[in-house]
Amino acid sequence: QDGARAENDWSGHLARIVEAQDRAAFAELFAHFAPRVKSFLMRSGATPTLAEDCAQEVMATVWNKSHLYDPTRATVSTWIFTIARNRRIDALRKDRRPEPEDLPWGPEPEPAAADVMAMQQETEMLRVAIRALPDAQRELIEQAYFGDLSHREIAARTGLPLGTIKSRIRLALDRLRHAMK
Amino acid sequence: MTELIKHHLTDTLLTAYTAGNLPEAFNLMVATHLSLCDTCRAQAEALEAVGGCLLAECGTEAMAADALEATFARISTGTAVPARRRDSCSVLPQPLRDYVGGDVSTIRWKPVGMGVRQAILPTSNAASARLLFIPAGAAVPDHGHRGVELTMVLQGAFSDEMDRFARGDVEVADEELEHMPVADPGEDCICLAVTDAPLRFNSWIPRLVQPFLRI
Ligand SMILES: [Zn+2]
Ligand SMILES: [Zn+2]
Repeated sequence: QDGARAENDWSGHLARIVEAQDRAAFAELFAHFAPRVKSFLMRSGATPTLAEDCAQEVMATVWNKSHLYDPTRATVSTWIFTIARNRRIDALRKDRRPEPEDLPWGPEPEPAAADVMAMQQETEMLRVAIRALPDAQRELIEQAYFGDLSHREIAARTGLPLGTIKSRIRLALDRLRHAMK
Repeated sequence: MTELIKHHLTDTLLTAYTAGNLPEAFNLMVATHLSLCDTCRAQAEALEAVGGCLLAECGTEAMAADALEATFARISTGTAVPARRRDSCSVLPQPLRDYVGGDVSTIRWKPVGMGVRQAILPTSNAASARLLFIPAGAAVPDHGHRGVELTMVLQGAFSDEMDRFARGDVEVADEELEHMPVADPGEDCICLAVTDAPLRFNSWIPRLVQPFLRI
């Protein structure tokens, strides 16, 4: 029932954390995402104890990195996914995870509401498309993201339905780059 | 600068990077390329949106009763994470500077013959990463590959049987490819190379020394 509903836009909660260190906003974010992060980590092979510890660490990182979140480039789910993934690599593989440099920020501190909305809608369309995939293909994608499918095994087999989200992100990046000139 | 890049990472590599399933040396290659290439960065961020959708739908596991308080305690002892800003004056993007401990001047090169030098970077054993220094106009000995080898140019350019590769370009070599990269005459060429298997050299001298060079 939860999955059938469109996901809420959580970016306002992050903005309240950045602007006012709003603990109530964080508590709501936590109630929604911490159990999902824990489930994601357990499906990736973590024990319940390790998953609990990592999920708390992930949510603490959400607070400490909240000023770096850009709602025109990712939904909150996507952004938290990247934090959980990095934490999983630290905890389960004990590898270092080199991170790319951050993109230069444009001069306007306020993201355009239309861009935030568009990113939200396109991610929702992507979610619907993934849900509609044939079981075998969706399982392959889940294996790649939750499991430990190596880059050789992933090959070109996943055929992910990325649709227009790619061009949306590319446009956002272009705009950022031109804003810096 | 970034729109001049012609040779990009494959979707397979970007998917595996996004999902967190690459060996450390390959992660380093992808993070370095994404620092220079907005095209692949957009593709990687689109693939991250797939991960976000799966996270949103992967179900829930109840957290411990005191989890929220425990998390606030972690927050109070943590610090805000600073942005890792682009520094376009450096030859080495930030992910590489983290491994080297500075920019090009701090690399500790070891000669590997014919003027070519290398510096092995410390990564987990599943794959290896090294920086290569090819003097202007010089060649890397003719060789084949036992696994996947990715080479990205950081300074100068090189050409081989496939094409010409300049800053940011990645050459993906596999078992099929035998090549002899030659640096452009104008400038010394510096590359990042990662591989998941030892290289296969065709002349007997490099083959003899290969175990000592760890390439
Ligand atoms: Zn690229
Ligand atoms: Zn090669």
